[in-house]
Amino acid sequence: MLNVLISRLGQAALVMLVVSAVSFVMFRYVGDPVATMSRENASVEEKAELRRSLGLDQPLVVQYGQFVSRTLRGDLGISYRNQRPVTELIAERLPATLELVIVATVLSLALGIPLGVLCALKPHGIAARLVQALSLVGISTPTFVTGIVLILVFAVSLGWLPSFGRGQVVDLGWWSTGFLTISGLKSLLLPGITLALYQLTLIMRLVRAEMIDVLSSDYIRFAKARGLPARYIHFRLALRNALMPVITVTGLQIGSLIAFAIVTETVFQWPGMGLLFIQAVSFVDIPVMAAYLLFVGLLFVLINTVVDILYAVVDPRLRARSA
Amino acid sequence: MNVQPTPVLAIDGLRVEYPLANGSVFTAVENASLVIRPGEIHALVGESGAGKTTIGNTVMGLLEKPGRIAAGSIHIDGKRFDAARGSAEGIVLGRDVGAVFQDPMTSLNPLFTIESQLTEAMRFHLGLGKAAARARALELLESVGIPEPRRRLKAYPHQLSGGQRQRVVIAAALSCNPKLVVADEPTTALDVSVQAQILKLLRDLADSRGIGILLVTHNMGVVAQIADRVTIMHRGKVVETGLTEEVLRRPKAAYAKALIGAVPRIDQRLDRFPVLGDEGKGRAEQARAELRAKADRTDVPSEDTPILSVENLCVDYTTGGWLPGSKGHRFRAVDDVSFSVRSGEVFGLVGESGCGKTTIANVVSGLVRPTSGRVLYHGRSIAGEGAIRRAGPVRQAIQMIFQDPYSSLNSRMRIGSILSEPILFYRLADTRAEAESDVERLIEAVGLDADAAQRFPHAFSGGQRQRLSIARALGARPRLIVCDEPTSSLDVSVQAQILNLLKDLRDATGLTLLLISHDLAVVRQMCDRVAVMRQGKLLEQADSEALFDAPQHAYTRELLSLVPTLDRIRGEIKAA
Amino acid sequence: MKTLAPTPGLFVRLGAPVSVIVAGMVALFLVACALLASWIAPYDPTDLASFELINAELPPAFTADGDPSFLLGTDNQGRDLLSAMLYGARVSIAIGGGAVLLAATLGVTLGLLAGYFGGRVDALIMRIGDVILSFPTILMALLVSGIARALFPGAATAEWAPVILICAIAIHEWVQYARTVRAATMVETAKDYVRAAKVIGLPPRRIMLRHILPNVMSPVLVISTINLAAAVLTEATLSFLGVGMPPTYPSLGTLIRIGNEFVFSGIWWIALFPALALVILVLSVNIVGDWLRDRFNPKLRVKR
Repeated sequence: MLNVLISRLGQAALVMLVVSAVSFVMFRYVGDPVATMSRENASVEEKAELRRSLGLDQPLVVQYGQFVSRTLRGDLGISYRNQRPVTELIAERLPATLELVIVATVLSLALGIPLGVLCALKPHGIAARLVQALSLVGISTPTFVTGIVLILVFAVSLGWLPSFGRGQVVDLGWWSTGFLTISGLKSLLLPGITLALYQLTLIMRLVRAEMIDVLSSDYIRFAKARGLPARYIHFRLALRNALMPVITVTGLQIGSLIAFAIVTETVFQWPGMGLLFIQAVSFVDIPVMAAYLLFVGLLFVLINTVVDILYAVVDPRLRARSA
Repeated sequence: MNVQPTPVLAIDGLRVEYPLANGSVFTAVENASLVIRPGEIHALVGESGAGKTTIGNTVMGLLEKPGRIAAGSIHIDGKRFDAARGSAEGIVLGRDVGAVFQDPMTSLNPLFTIESQLTEAMRFHLGLGKAAARARALELLESVGIPEPRRRLKAYPHQLSGGQRQRVVIAAALSCNPKLVVADEPTTALDVSVQAQILKLLRDLADSRGIGILLVTHNMGVVAQIADRVTIMHRGKVVETGLTEEVLRRPKAAYAKALIGAVPRIDQRLDRFPVLGDEGKGRAEQARAELRAKADRTDVPSEDTPILSVENLCVDYTTGGWLPGSKGHRFRAVDDVSFSVRSGEVFGLVGESGCGKTTIANVVSGLVRPTSGRVLYHGRSIAGEGAIRRAGPVRQAIQMIFQDPYSSLNSRMRIGSILSEPILFYRLADTRAEAESDVERLIEAVGLDADAAQRFPHAFSGGQRQRLSIARALGARPRLIVCDEPTSSLDVSVQAQILNLLKDLRDATGLTLLLISHDLAVVRQMCDRVAVMRQGKLLEQADSEALFDAPQHAYTRELLSLVPTLDRIRGEIKAA
Repeated sequence: MKTLAPTPGLFVRLGAPVSVIVAGMVALFLVACALLASWIAPYDPTDLASFELINAELPPAFTADGDPSFLLGTDNQGRDLLSAMLYGARVSIAIGGGAVLLAATLGVTLGLLAGYFGGRVDALIMRIGDVILSFPTILMALLVSGIARALFPGAATAEWAPVILICAIAIHEWVQYARTVRAATMVETAKDYVRAAKVIGLPPRRIMLRHILPNVMSPVLVISTINLAAAVLTEATLSFLGVGMPPTYPSLGTLIRIGNEFVFSGIWWIALFPALALVILVLSVNIVGDWLRDRFNPKLRVKR
């Protein structure tokens, strides 16, 4: 067990190293900060002065070290586009994205798992066939198309739900939440569904495949041979075995959700980190891009490590040292 | 007057069919009848496809759709089995009928404790509460001979050994006091020593609890050891049935005689196995003579040097530790083993699984590098210290045949291409046409028709594929063939044919064979000299007759005593 | 090796249900249309002289205010929407196909090497793959695009966009190929025919190419269909976000992006038709790919 922990942390550290290196390279080399930050007709001496003050004349390794230490202190540079500290921008936008991701994850699990089980248990029933057909449509429709269609139907035609923005938010410390107001919740609905759809389909298909696999295993056959009731076998035994890989996939998918939030936020003009990033890419705002990369990398690594540890805890084969 | 107790299981005229997609019907079982009384162990024997497993599944009510009972009846404890419902009135699967499957590793759910899997059935069928069920589970574990049962209850399946897991499976089958237990190949996946214990356990349970056991197996030795009655099946039909001693000693039906005759005997060595069915004699002998003629073209080394010499061989495996510098676990698979093989003889390496015999085979054939020690071929080192790079004549000279006939031929290549590959690679033929005719000779030499070259592996049965594997090995004109469990995956009658083939080839071409096997009887029949291994060490080596008649090492004696054979029916050694 | 010419006869012989055959035909039809765009499109949307702003935002021909010379209407620049869609589909498919080809070549090669040799080679390749997989496709693609735009600013981007997009998408997709092929290779390497080939003395390259590769290709073909659909979607997403194909040479995603701005003012066709085309194309490929996967993976087959 300890071995697993150490190896996972080691891998996490490796990934962070790579991510921070790429981030640093971007920050330093792509585009010239001096040219961007100095005046049009600055003289050579002024540029050299600026260079020295930014520490750009130091050896590479030293610069990397400074970069890392600055990052750890929370200083991620200044956005080229709106001249504000990047850390501030991220802190402002983070809650919006995270809330969206939470809603999408909950939705996809709450619907995806039962639907997957249904399709596995009664694979030739009408419901199952319908669900499967819809799931194919689900994974064939890009997120932005889903978003546009939902907006057209629910916001423009029916007028039930808002088509952009977060509605009214409540500030809890530095976190601003949309969960506590009606308008906030209404605003979360359409983007949440849009983001959840792809994920839901994935989970449903995975659960279905795993359940079918487990249902044909020897130990389930042995359970049948012991005369245990079908409900017990399906929901208490087989489901437990089938859900194991779902844990890992869900963890990985949370990372994917954060990335897909970029698209959803663009469609719904949702003021989250994704929208921030896309605007940064359009304006070639390197500090924001680099910071986003670093931040998101950290999130992914954290999530993956937690998932791995969780898996090791839940699977008895990984848990105990054998007697 | 004796009142006959109600038979636990009575099958009468059973017919099981599978309707096929194209409208026709496949009959898996035809007109089968048998009776099992309380306390009786009845063995259902046959080779693959005989229908024995189908009967087992049907009795348990686990017959897979679209299979159906087309005729006949099944009565369990006097109550009729209703085909439509898939069960008998008043008989509950899991309570009155218990099941034991072949592979204990996959029978138990890896995510749940032993306790939960043992108590499930009891809580559903008998309505026991948690504490009562746990107490019973403890009793059961004790009665099946598991040490420290309290600790084991909390354990998970992967923490138990194979034998222990199978005992747990048996305990689960017994948990609700069934009248009938259906055991489907319960010991096939286990080592010989563990197998003996499990069989004894089953016998004791039948005697002490009066349970009737339907034992489905392909192993005649197992039948001899514990069965009261036996029914032999072949292609869905019952061929012979009766008391074990009667059937095994005085079989009446031709197939039964052939099947029993094909079982390798451990008590004496025969010249050839008696076989049922065509061995493809035809052109085979002539083809072999041609092979011999070709082989003679190469140098014949002196008779003094052994063809193969293994000296102080050690092989370690390390697992784990992907970070450089960290050490994983070291496992010594082969520990200071030395032996030599004379030219033209059949040398056997025998032992239970994990003893290191397969590792040695891999070292000799060049698949694995030894950690220390060396292997000499005609005096020259080919593995380990001072080894030359294996290429050309040395590489050619040592070839191998493998255990699994279904994975040893590339399913995407035609037989002709597979067999010609070594010939072309070593340029043993001058022209393509010559290579093709060589391939045809090889195919005929192993007893098949030359047109096999045009077909793909999936067109052939297990036994035929194994012949083709042998043909491929012969293609490189080797002097030594390493045979790694060549017949362990084959039916008994096919095994006999393959072993006869190996003998014939050896006689015709003067090949040397290194035979790896866990089956002592096969080794006795085939080998001139034998070495016994255990946990990486070589314990004893001697001439075959000497070893089997008068084993020196205690382990060898123990191993011989545990092998279930036909000579010892129900544990008593009878005169032949 | 059996050749897989995609004819109806093949599907029927393989036992495909009607829905799959229909989907396959639809997919082929759309692909054919796209590939033949230069010949069958009524106008050439890349020719700046062929459209005029005065024709902008005309509704489809079958509606009340439509102009019969523009079947599906025009976009904001006066380009015929149908032609723009045909060319756009061609771009989308070309990029998607190119990405899949690149990813497959790279992934299969690395997967074979990792699976056959094991040890350090395997560990290295898999680690790199793990790191890449920790980041979702979109993110990697965005990063590559972003960096490329920063390094090659301005006009060069429009010409290089397809290449950049192909690389951006492939850089993530190869890992899945590598993992699948590695797993299959490890299974095959353990089989006795590979051991036999080693004992015979055949060199590793020959064993990998002649013996193992044909046996691991079937999962590759299966996931290629599904990956093609995913690649097309990714390209569409990138174009929608503004970092894919530029409006001067639009893909279906770019067209939807353009159309999105007009949706609220009642000009629905610029977004709808390309979206429909995209979804139908991807859906039909997915239907075929899904069925292929179910058919060739017996574990997923449901017992009747």
